[in-house]
Amino acid sequence: METTNMQNRLDDLFKRKKHGILSVFYTAGFPYLEDTVRIAEELEQAGADMIEIGIPFSDPIADGPVIQHSNNVAIGNGITLGIIFQQVEVIRKTVQLPIVLMGYLNPVMQFGMEKFVSECSRTGVDGVILPDLPVDEYVHRYKQLFEHYAVRFSFLITPTTSEERIRLLDACSSGFIYAVAASGTTGVRGAFTSDQQVYFHRLKEMQLKNPFMVGFGISTHATFNEACRYGSGVIIGSAFIQALAENVQVSGFIHAVRPK
Amino acid sequence: MMRYNVDLNGYYGDFGGAFIPELLHANIEELRQTYLTILNDESFQKEFIQLLRDYAGRPTPLYFASRLSEKYHARIYLKREDLCHTGAHKINNTIGQILLARRLNKQKIIAETGAGQHGVATATVCALMGMHCTVYMGQLDMERQHPNVERMKLLGATVVPVTSGNRTLKDATNEAMRHWINHPKDTHYIIGSVVGPHPYPDMVARFQSVISQEMKYQLTEKEGNPYPDYVIACVGGGSNAAGCFYHYLDDEQVNLVGVEAAGKGVNTGQSAATTALGKPGILHGSKTLLMQTNDGQVIEPYSISAGLDYPGIGPLHANLHKTGRVEFIHATDDEAMKAGLELCRMEGIIPAVESAHALAALSKLSFDNDDVVVVNLSGRGDKDLETYIRWNMKQ
Ligand SMILES: Cc1ncc(COP(=O)(O)O)c(C=O)c1O
Repeated sequence: METTNMQNRLDDLFKRKKHGILSVFYTAGFPYLEDTVRIAEELEQAGADMIEIGIPFSDPIADGPVIQHSNNVAIGNGITLGIIFQQVEVIRKTVQLPIVLMGYLNPVMQFGMEKFVSECSRTGVDGVILPDLPVDEYVHRYKQLFEHYAVRFSFLITPTTSEERIRLLDACSSGFIYAVAASGTTGVRGAFTSDQQVYFHRLKEMQLKNPFMVGFGISTHATFNEACRYGSGVIIGSAFIQALAENVQVSGFIHAVRPK
Repeated sequence: MMRYNVDLNGYYGDFGGAFIPELLHANIEELRQTYLTILNDESFQKEFIQLLRDYAGRPTPLYFASRLSEKYHARIYLKREDLCHTGAHKINNTIGQILLARRLNKQKIIAETGAGQHGVATATVCALMGMHCTVYMGQLDMERQHPNVERMKLLGATVVPVTSGNRTLKDATNEAMRHWINHPKDTHYIIGSVVGPHPYPDMVARFQSVISQEMKYQLTEKEGNPYPDYVIACVGGGSNAAGCFYHYLDDEQVNLVGVEAAGKGVNTGQSAATTALGKPGILHGSKTLLMQTNDGQVIEPYSISAGLDYPGIGPLHANLHKTGRVEFIHATDDEAMKAGLELCRMEGIIPAVESAHALAALSKLSFDNDDVVVVNLSGRGDKDLETYIRWNMKQ
């Protein structure tokens, strides 16, 4: 196996920027098939720090209605992993931001894990999140593969994850670790509860190996700011996808969450 | 019977496991760590056996169907799960799981349902135990199994219509899992078949294994031999099949036959015959055979029977298929409906449309005259009256 460019944009970003990172998640192929590229370009222009592109799946059990809907529309538009990699290639002609692919395991398994990771590396994907891939399966079967191609892999932790398990998932993650803000499916939520604040604080105190990004439910300038007090930054998904569905300008959305 | 059972990591050969998002990890891990201890506990066993007997009406009869036997030139028995309280085998599992949920101090129960039999069986045990019950059911299934919707409501359950996807069992399961992700602490999810992440497939199979446990001594009484030549069951997710195969898995002289729903025909694109059409994949937390596109999107199945309208099968069945231990065949809507009507007219028993698929196997297999054949009659057809009437009118 030939290894490509060992530099990883995620590593660079987290080295350079310790706080206030804004990562935006959107579904590939939504609202229209070709929009994957346009949205990435606009996100970079609007000042986002990082892009997460969702791989659509017919049965997204961890997702609320907004992301479910975007998945269905994208699949109806004909999106496939093959097309997503073509789109990433196009994105990479102009966009320098780190790109993370996130999705359920089944489409990746059908594509073939080895081919998937090598395509990530070839097209310029910096990291991967597969929330339903068990950690022991990752360690025994795929970790070496990801390391070989210098593609980072992030696990999720939640408010119910034990301290011992957080240590394990942190040890197995690379690039960053994904701190799910609330025990629930994806979707817009309001202000943080005191339980959530205690959880974020606990994570901060744990001095994890990886920087942590807070995601799930975040939609406003206020929650963005608050989450940034604890972690390296924030991941916004449903609120952005809802905005796309309503034809809101990408730059307007980004500036509302994080004013210039 | 170790060869076909789940291993320590939750796998059946290549299939099984627990492919769940971290959001469900605490719940699944709690189940994994406690289920065997709870199930093997003496007080649990005592309560489980007593409820199966006094409440569900077990043992169910093993009935020698003489007219069917004459027609198919074999000694055909029907295992009468249709005579269980609530009308199907599903109650064996819900009694087991509600007792488990109480020992885990859960106050609320959720379930998915296709035909509504599992929903009714869940609503029933929730009423029995005074627990809060929410059942997710595809909107299409709510229409075609309307009597069961009303039964669930009468029993005090909330039935939530699911409008995503094909509005059937797969979608109801997605929605139940989402509910569990959103309410992880106080809620137990009673899965209705041998599907889902480990330890569900093993747990449900154990609760249903009472079926073959009874068959063994009933056959000894009637035939002087616990081993039939054939055991036949329909396979949706595979819980009734798992239950009637369970104690015969290591007795290779017993031919085990699983019957899947071919819908309008295996190659019509309107079918639910997973072993014929599926490839290994991951759905609802386990690696199993799955009907899917080349891109890994799950294909919406079709069957006249709401209980068989599922794009996968339990991981233990995927392994039984791969190893060849169980022969999987399929029956179309028409074949099943004919077999169902035949049972009405020849034996005076109206079977569930699901179970009618198992009966359809009788004309597909060839028997020797003295072959002992057990068909698992997983449920009764009261819920399917409309389907029978409509099918009859079309003829
Ligand atoms: C009567 C009956 N038989 C069979 C099934 C199929 O389920 P399984 O394959 O888990 O037995 C159902 C499901 O609803 C049912 O109601």
